[in-house]
Amino acid sequence: MTESPTSSAPTRALDFSPRPGSAPLGRQILAQASMEARLMLRNGEQLLLALVIPVVVLIGGVKGGAHLGLDIDGPLVDLLTPGVLALAVMSTSFTSLAIATGFERRYGVIKRLGASPLPRTGLLAGKVLALFAVELVQLFVIGGVGQLLGWTPAPGAIGLMLAILLGTAAFAALGLFVAGVLRAEATLAAANLIYLLLLAGGAVVLPASVYGDAIGALAQWLPSGALGEAMRTALVDGGIAWRDLGVLACWAVIGTGLTARTFKWE
Amino acid sequence: MPPAVEIDGLVMRYGEKVAVDDLSLTVPRHSVTAVLGPNGAGKTTTLETCEGYRKPHQGKVRVLGLDPVRQRQQLLPRIGVMLQGSGAWSGARAMEMLHHVARLHAHPLDVDLLAERLGLGECGRTPYRRLSGGQQQRLGLAMAVVGRPEIVFVDEPTAGMDVQARRTTWALLRELRDHGVTVVLTTHYLEEAEQLADLVQIIDHGRLIASGSPLELTRGGATATIRLVVTRPFPPGAPESLRAVLGRGIEVTQLDARSLVVTGPADGSTLARVSRWCEEHDVLPESLTLGRRSLEDVFVELTGRELSRD
Repeated sequence: MTESPTSSAPTRALDFSPRPGSAPLGRQILAQASMEARLMLRNGEQLLLALVIPVVVLIGGVKGGAHLGLDIDGPLVDLLTPGVLALAVMSTSFTSLAIATGFERRYGVIKRLGASPLPRTGLLAGKVLALFAVELVQLFVIGGVGQLLGWTPAPGAIGLMLAILLGTAAFAALGLFVAGVLRAEATLAAANLIYLLLLAGGAVVLPASVYGDAIGALAQWLPSGALGEAMRTALVDGGIAWRDLGVLACWAVIGTGLTARTFKWE
Repeated sequence: MPPAVEIDGLVMRYGEKVAVDDLSLTVPRHSVTAVLGPNGAGKTTTLETCEGYRKPHQGKVRVLGLDPVRQRQQLLPRIGVMLQGSGAWSGARAMEMLHHVARLHAHPLDVDLLAERLGLGECGRTPYRRLSGGQQQRLGLAMAVVGRPEIVFVDEPTAGMDVQARRTTWALLRELRDHGVTVVLTTHYLEEAEQLADLVQIIDHGRLIASGSPLELTRGGATATIRLVVTRPFPPGAPESLRAVLGRGIEVTQLDARSLVVTGPADGSTLARVSRWCEEHDVLPESLTLGRRSLEDVFVELTGRELSRD
């Protein structure tokens, strides 16, 4: 498009003649993912949930943990950092995703994108990719704070990746379920309440064994307990917690089934 | 080549309520077609059926020869959609949102030029939630056309816009048509339909009640219109009594307690007779005007109601 320097026309030429077409699906998904990740990292409340609360829990736990009288081996920071990473994955893939999706439905964003070339599967893929991007930022920040506090992780990269992957799948499916059946405000309340309940009693930051027999036994079967345990197995022992990863996979299947049956795009 | 839009016997219901009632209409390519009707006439429902959001309960809808529900993925890149209200993340900046939609298309328009054209330049970094209503509307329009579609569906494009923004929007829609894009818009502004549309489809209660160019629609039937608004409610039987005075071929329709409209081969002498009738019946005119027949009058004649007062 050229414009002669002498032209003083207020509007330059725009060629509106039809030339329709979709961008390649991969590019559409990347565009969607980068947009969603940016929006998540820009939003104050989301940032509080994604980074500030986990970091506060980590520092508070390590500094004040000695007074809790926990019966554990090794330094407290080695136990707490994987738990806080699990908490971070939970906050992003469950709470943030549910709230964001609830308001997308409310403001007609999903409806509007439904009339764009981006197919529904592409929208979903973009969302998942955005979650991984935010989780990567969380991993660096929380891992960095952990290191400053003296954390020495065990070399459990595969276990860590599987935990993040299946934890994200399970919590994202459940988050979309909540966002799909409730109104935006109710989603906001429910997603925060469930997050707080799981933070307090879901064996995510601390192992199920510290909760006593009854709650501990139940917590092992919750996605929060399974994710926390999978993280600790990977980063404390350097192993792979197949049982807990299996529990997460089951929750992912249940959540996906529920979402597929109930989710409304508008 | 199939027409841009073909609707045949469309029926849409919300529970017991029939929103669209056996509607059939055709939109030719490269035209601006206005679907005109009062609020609740079924305009948005009809549009959303064309966009593939709703499945026809009865009848057939084809857009560019495609079934908007079953062939949606094929159709979507070829159409542009402007929804009524929102459709953007509240935290997304105006230009960021437009860039995002552009990236989903293969050959998008120059985003900066488009934004400049629609006067979105100065609010490019403003988050969507802090844009004015008119700016949000213009952004919605930009999002609808950025992918260079063959047909755009715009739902009440200028609702809540100031005069300047409305003119900019009309100019853009005309330019789209001149470049070979089919424009389908819903509106309840008569002026919008008169100024912009090549073809007007008037809908009421989910039915098509008239169809044609603005000129065709206003040429037939009555030649002029007299509007009478009075200071106090009319006495009972006023329309009948006035009709008796004016004689045959002239129609008197009471719109509400204090206004009525006279249509037919009316002229200055008709105006004088209406004025004398007012005097004899002790009603005091607030305004009494003689005007060319407009789309508003067509609507009143067809339905006995006013479409809008602005």
